Amino acid sequence: MLATGTKAPEFSLSATPDQKIQLSQLKGKKVILAFYPADWSPVCSDQMALYNEMLKIFHKENAEVIGISVDSKWCHLAFAQDRKLHFPLLADFEPKGAVAKLYDVYDAELGECKRALYVIDEEGTIRWNYLSPVGINPGADGILDALEEMNKK
Amino acid sequence: MPKLKPAVNSKDHVQGNKGAAIELVEYGDYQCPHCGRAYPIIKSIQQKMGDQLKFIFRNFPLAQIHPNAVNAALASEAAGLQDKFWEMHDYIFEHQNRLDDVSLTKYAAHLHLDVEKFETDFEQPGLTKKVDEDFESGVRSGVNGTPSFFINGEKYNESWDEEPFLDYLKALIK
Repeated sequence: MLATGTKAPEFSLSATPDQKIQLSQLKGKKVILAFYPADWSPVCSDQMALYNEMLKIFHKENAEVIGISVDSKWCHLAFAQDRKLHFPLLADFEPKGAVAKLYDVYDAELGECKRALYVIDEEGTIRWNYLSPVGINPGADGILDALEEMNKK
Repeated sequence: MPKLKPAVNSKDHVQGNKGAAIELVEYGDYQCPHCGRAYPIIKSIQQKMGDQLKFIFRNFPLAQIHPNAVNAALASEAAGLQDKFWEMHDYIFEHQNRLDDVSLTKYAAHLHLDVEKFETDFEQPGLTKKVDEDFESGVRSGVNGTPSFFINGEKYNESWDEEPFLDYLKALIK
C-alpha cells in the first residue's frame, strides 16, 4: 500500500452514468477511500451497508466516504439503489483497476480490488491505511480512530 | 483485537447474574435474519450456563436495509422504561416477520405495557439518542455486521452455532 505521509494520487472515475468524481474536488474535506472486491456481497455483514449507516458520524468529522471497485457504473447504480446507499461508488472499470493499481491495492490474480482503506486529509495527504483479509469486513473502528487522531494535530 | 467501548455500564440492559464470570454482549438488529437465528441459540446457552453468564444486548440497527429495525429498537427501549425490555426483546425476535409500527404497539399491549406511555416514550429524543449511541459504540468497538458478540470485552469472531459457542464459553470458566 502507499505509505502514510504520501500525496494521494489524483484520479477521476464515474460515480453515476453521467457524473464523474475527481479526488481533488474533495480538497478541504477528509476522504475515506474504501477499495472493495465487488458489489452484491451478503447484506448483514456488508462493508458498504455499514458505512452507509455511518454517514452522519463521518460527516461530523468533515469526512466523505467513497467506495471503489472494478464493477461498472451500471452495476454500481443497481447495487446502490438496492441497498439504498447514500454515498458514491466509483467504477474503476476502464482501464480495469487502474486506480487500484495506482494505490497499490489491485489483486491481479482475481482481477478485483483488494479490501483496503485509505484515510486522506484535507490537503490530500494519506494519513492512514489498512489492508484487510479479503473475506473480512474491516468495520470502521480503525477509520474512526484515524479521524480522531487527525483532529488532534 | 477490537475491544468493547464503552464497557458494560448502567445504561445497558443486563440479563442474568450481575457477578457472572462471563459477560456476553450482543450487537444486534431486530430485523436481521441472522440475529433472529442467534436468538434461540443465546436463550439455550443462557439456560445451560446459568449463573455463570450475564447477557447484554446493544442496538445495531442497519436502518437503510432494514426499514423497521430502528423502530423495533425504540420499542424495546420504550418497553425498558416500563421494566419490560427483555420481554419486548424476546417478543420482537419471536415475531420478526411483523415489525411495522402497528404491530409493535400491539406487542406492547400484549405485554401489558401502559400503551399510551409506550407511544409517548417511543417518540422521546432520549430513546433515539440511546439507540444512536449503541450504534456508535458498536462501530467504535469494531462491529462489522450483525450479530456481533463480545465476550468479557473482546470481540468474538468464531462460530456462534450453539455447540462451538457453548464449548468456547465453558472453556473460559475452567
